[in-house]
Amino acid sequence: MRILIVGATSAIAHETAKRFAKDGAEFFLVARSPEKLEDTGNDLKVRGAKRIETFLLDVTDLDRHQEMIETAISTLDGLDMVLISHGTLGDQQKCQVSVSETLKEFTTNCTSVISLLTILAGYFEQQKRGCITVVSSVAGDRGRQSNYVYGAAKGALSVFLQGLRNRLSKSGVAVVTVKPGLIDTPMTASVKKGLLAASAQGVGEGIYRAMKNRKEVVYLPWFWRPIMLIVRSIPEPVFKRLSL
Amino acid sequence: MSFLSKTNQPRSWGRYPKVTPAEVQSVFWRSELPNIADFEQPVLPYAYGRSYGDSCLNEGGVSLDVSHLRRFISFDEDEGLLCCEAGVSLAEILELIVPRGWFIPVSPGTRFVYVGGAIANDVHGKNHHKAGTFGCHVTRFELLRSNGERLICSPHENTNLFQATIGGLGLTGVILWAEFRLKPIVNPFIDMERIQFSSLDEFLQISAETDQQYEYTMSWVDILIGGQNLCRGIFMCGNNDQSRSLASKKTGRKLPLTVPFDLPSFVLNSLTVKSFNELFYHSQLSKRVHKVVPYEPFFYPLDSIHEWNRLYGKRGFLQYQFVVPFQDGFGAMREIIGRIRRSGEGSFLTVLKTFGTIRSPGMLSFPRPGITLALDFAYGGQKTLQLLDELDKVVRQSGGAVYPAKDARMSAENFQAFFPRWQEFAQYVDPHFSSSFWRRVSHAQKLVMV
Ligand SMILES: Cc1cc2nc3c(=O)[nH]c(=O)nc-3n(C[C@H](O)[C@H](O)[C@H](O)COP(=O)(O)OP(=O)(O)OC[C@H]3O[C@@H](n4cnc5c(N)ncnc54)[C@H](O)[C@@H]3O)c2cc1C
Ligand SMILES: NC(=O)c1ccc[n+]([C@@H]2O[C@H](COP(=O)([O-])OP(=O)(O)OC[C@H]3O[C@@H](n4cnc5c(N)ncnc54)[C@H](OP(=O)(O)O)[C@@H]3O)[C@@H](O)[C@H]2O)c1
Repeated sequence: MRILIVGATSAIAHETAKRFAKDGAEFFLVARSPEKLEDTGNDLKVRGAKRIETFLLDVTDLDRHQEMIETAISTLDGLDMVLISHGTLGDQQKCQVSVSETLKEFTTNCTSVISLLTILAGYFEQQKRGCITVVSSVAGDRGRQSNYVYGAAKGALSVFLQGLRNRLSKSGVAVVTVKPGLIDTPMTASVKKGLLAASAQGVGEGIYRAMKNRKEVVYLPWFWRPIMLIVRSIPEPVFKRLSL
Repeated sequence: MSFLSKTNQPRSWGRYPKVTPAEVQSVFWRSELPNIADFEQPVLPYAYGRSYGDSCLNEGGVSLDVSHLRRFISFDEDEGLLCCEAGVSLAEILELIVPRGWFIPVSPGTRFVYVGGAIANDVHGKNHHKAGTFGCHVTRFELLRSNGERLICSPHENTNLFQATIGGLGLTGVILWAEFRLKPIVNPFIDMERIQFSSLDEFLQISAETDQQYEYTMSWVDILIGGQNLCRGIFMCGNNDQSRSLASKKTGRKLPLTVPFDLPSFVLNSLTVKSFNELFYHSQLSKRVHKVVPYEPFFYPLDSIHEWNRLYGKRGFLQYQFVVPFQDGFGAMREIIGRIRRSGEGSFLTVLKTFGTIRSPGMLSFPRPGITLALDFAYGGQKTLQLLDELDKVVRQSGGAVYPAKDARMSAENFQAFFPRWQEFAQYVDPHFSSSFWRRVSHAQKLVMV
């Protein structure tokens, strides 16, 4: 199993990768911090990864996407799976008063992923097999005042993935959209956690299974599916008055 | 696999006392460490919270959650040398190393502790008489101090801090990672014997006979029964099995049960305790039973019920573990058991064991040669505390000690008598670190100044 992971130092991606490492997978890990990348790679190696290759990339550096993907394919001699997991929660308040801040959040959470997927889709479509998995979010299911910039980026991403899944299904390539709820990771360190906060381990296990079983859209933990069904069904005249 | 994340509020296993820190800070990466001197309140690392009392709690201070430092660093499979971050649990280590023919050198009665916690309490296991404490197997670790220094500590480097940190109750700095030696095994099974005994004398006799032959020994005892004989119980001893190959059978991972909520306090009263002990003793029909079992039920019988501490209800409970030297052991043991019986407080899980002579490098390490008994008491307010104070007196007179990892109430005076090197240790306590436990047991002198 040869896996490319973008945002490999994300807690969720690492938890997923640990499970593939146990199976003896080969990894091409992409992240922007050399220290974190090394810590993550060493851990996966001890856990059983057959091979670890790393690549430093700030994903907002769109010009380097082609180079990164070509290096991954040539180094591992092909790819079986891709997991894209980088992201930033962003500061909604700051975004509201700054166009550049808003666009920056969009680049990280949406545009960069679309750029990667556009290049990768061609490769997988030709190869006629494989699995592309992207971490989106329940926040993309409906816009809320507390984080609609992040939500809109994830929402656009989810729609892009729907279309891509539709396109690639003919070629036997699976496209998995992962929609986690609130998870206890560095990204949410400053967010107050209620009862519903999930552990990165549980979510990693869920993503691992979804990738192996070539699922379409998975909510993690599962209870976010009914919750979001309800949230989506509230009529807009009512919804707009809620403080969410 | 549980989906829900650990709650953010640090609690200890006995859930007594219930105190809250001013803030909880998580450490995620070794490359992104907090500047500890910037915190206004004293800091204490918090690991899995499997300490029973207040040694892992820091009321009004900063609780530094190290549970995200859970990456392996290296594993030399030829030499059996493992290096990992301090928030890796023994459970996770076992999962990795057992299929590759290795075992942890020393393990407490639960595998849900982190490496940092195992070092800071210098934990002991069933093989103390053969292997000493966990700290005896640590080859080095990295310690973060509040002045920003990151020191490699080993028996040869920063030796004093090495010795102070092993059993150092989290007070000397943050252990970021540690390297330690593993023990080779042939397969994941334990070749064990269970032997009934009906007096303390008989326990000591069996203990003396089996210590040489068996790597692991411990006993479950009932001290409420047996009159002059002081107790009866079941002696368990075992060795790593040698008779089959590593791959012979997978040890299936059963889903652990969970106690989903606090039971009302009346569920565990002296009557239920008595019936439980009765059942346990008689569950074994013959005097000696010989079996080969997977390692999990042998080492971790309680781990199959998650959060069993909730059986004690909201009031919480106290564990009391002491050691008394062999020379005086009998008199002290008789006195302690007598006092417990007279108090009418039942102890649900009582574990008896002997400690051997292997010395730990740790300055404040608890184990020393003698007999050790660990008892649980539901927290019943003043009368429970009073009983334990009385027991402290007996332990102190006999030259023994009480285990800080299980303690929530020992006095400064007694602590200082139990751990005569405490002042030497205090020199290595980081000035920005403290704990609820430490403020209590080291405060005697400061109080005079205030
Ligand atoms: C069912 C059960 C059975 C047990 N059996 C035994 C036994 O047989 N033998 C035994 O010795 N103990 C036993 N214990 C006690 C337990 O092993 C110890 O209390 C252990 O230290 C708990 O580890 P933890 O990871 O939960 O640490 P915590 O309880 O969270 O913390 C313990 C101490 O370690 C410090 N610490 C944690 N991480 C770090 C770090 N990274 N750097 C510096 N300091 C740190 C904390 O500040 C604290 O002082 C048992 C406990 C339970 C619940
Ligand atoms: N945690 C949640 O509650 C939650 C809920 C729903 C969805 N998600 C999604 O889950 C994914 C993983 O997040 P996480 O929870 O695992 O948090 P995390 O551990 O903080 O991971 C986020 C990762 O994104 C990387 N990253 C951010 N900007 C980058 C950039 N410009 N270039 C390269 N890498 C960049 C970060 O790298 P650095 O460490 O170098 O900054 C980090 O590794 C994200 O897509 C997030 O949106 C999370």
